[in-house]
Amino acid sequence: MKLLISQLRVELAVIARNGEQLLVIIGIPALLLLFFSNVDVLPTGEQSSVDFLLPGILALAVMSTAMVSLGIATGFERSYSVLKRLGATPLGTPRLILAKTCAVGVVEALQCLILIIIGVILGWSPNGTSWMQCVAAIALGTLAFAGLGLLMAGTLTAELNLAAQNAVYLLLLLVGGVVIPIASLPSGLQSIALRLPSGALADVLREALTNAGSHPQSSWVTLCLWAFLAPLLASRWFRWH
Amino acid sequence: MESTNHPAVNVENLVVNYGNVRAVAGVSFTANAGEVTTVLGPNGAGKTSTIEVCEGFRVPSSGRIRVLGLDPQTQRGALNKQMGVMLQSGGVYPSARVGEVTRHFCNLYGKSVDPEELLAQVGLSELRGRSWRRLSGGERQRLSLAMALAAQPVVAFLDEPTSGVDVNGRDLIRNIIGQLAKNGCAVVVATHELDEAERIADKVIIFNNGKIIADGSLKELRQGRDEIRFRSPSTFDSAELSRHLGLEVKQVDEYEFLVIGIADAQRIAALSQWMANVGAEISDLRAGQQRLEDVFKRLTGGDQQ
Repeated sequence: MKLLISQLRVELAVIARNGEQLLVIIGIPALLLLFFSNVDVLPTGEQSSVDFLLPGILALAVMSTAMVSLGIATGFERSYSVLKRLGATPLGTPRLILAKTCAVGVVEALQCLILIIIGVILGWSPNGTSWMQCVAAIALGTLAFAGLGLLMAGTLTAELNLAAQNAVYLLLLLVGGVVIPIASLPSGLQSIALRLPSGALADVLREALTNAGSHPQSSWVTLCLWAFLAPLLASRWFRWH
Repeated sequence: MESTNHPAVNVENLVVNYGNVRAVAGVSFTANAGEVTTVLGPNGAGKTSTIEVCEGFRVPSSGRIRVLGLDPQTQRGALNKQMGVMLQSGGVYPSARVGEVTRHFCNLYGKSVDPEELLAQVGLSELRGRSWRRLSGGERQRLSLAMALAAQPVVAFLDEPTSGVDVNGRDLIRNIIGQLAKNGCAVVVATHELDEAERIADKVIIFNNGKIIADGSLKELRQGRDEIRFRSPSTFDSAELSRHLGLEVKQVDEYEFLVIGIADAQRIAALSQWMANVGAEISDLRAGQQRLEDVFKRLTGGDQQ
């Protein structure tokens, strides 16, 4: 337990010191939520902007922490031989993964708190919200995105990994049903977007928070598949050094 | 405390291949508890690959490896508790602070080593709040050594521990390495700096092209290789000098000569007398054991022939 806590403390200290990363994981989702709730440019139909946006932005927050932040940090740890050095201590792989998972959990809890407070201020109210479903969705989303992030971090060089994480983030932000409703995408893109983890997570969160999911059942299936496959692929291909 | 002078590291017929390239070609050696074993060789000779196999970082292509009686691949957990490791470079997240890293590694090994004492030992107490990114090369090496010491190791693998370290830092690191061995630790140091090995090694293993070309104490490697080295701008008959001294005389440079075999007071006197008699000048005279550099050149040269 002492080892786990010591590792968790280092993980959190490294995250807290990494200013630009904090901007990505907390600043960007908060700004997008504030901006698009006040500027009525999104085709959200009859739903109020904030009702539509909050679930998507929460999905974005999970993606930025579990994939981009974890993936970039792990990629650099790999290239700086941090993982290699830890591999020669009594820490062990399970404790290292658990510490990283807890660090991601702490940051996500903080993000959700901030975003939900902003959402409430902007007029969202938790009527009919299933918090259990929210937590389950975020946990599955975390597994899926952490798997993707670590897959890139464990196979690419640090610089290539940095570029890839940001590119995938931007791609999923635009076509993954996060801020732009999937229904307003071109029809060819729609079928792809529905099968992406960001779209699935946003959809189940939309159902859980506001009962306004478009295909919640198939989205749960999609999300579960990603949550199973991405970590599996990451553990298959991940190279420690 | 471990009893000293028994093999803590036992490598038999180790082979490491990278694709079609054979980095280590069937080497065998031991490293004893209570001794500093220096693994020497030019870059790319197979030193780091061999050490990484012993540390459990690398899977050997074939061979039998035991460290403290443990298999580094299958019994890594048990080995990690007793093993100190210093990587050739890196190992610390750039934004992590000196004090934080030291405390963390003391926690990880759980040997109740006081982080503050450890920092004082490696001379980094003043820099505990500085990040790894802002440390000089020498300071990084010292922190890296502190991370290895946090294990209170029974066996330690230190890869190029003094590379990029200034003179004072080198002395500090050498003293700590000597102290470690004195306390019964089996210390294995990989280096390509021969004078480094000369200062710290109880035993020297020389690698070249993935093979071990020499393995023994410094004394053994230098046996029968005492020498008198001197400079002279004068012209004289070195063959005649050789006959006079009864030893081989070799011209190694335009003005530099070497008398090989024995370097006692009698031979030095005979040399000086002979030079004076023929009216030749003599300077920079140095007599004693052959430098490890020359042992190394002799052995690697011999290997290539």
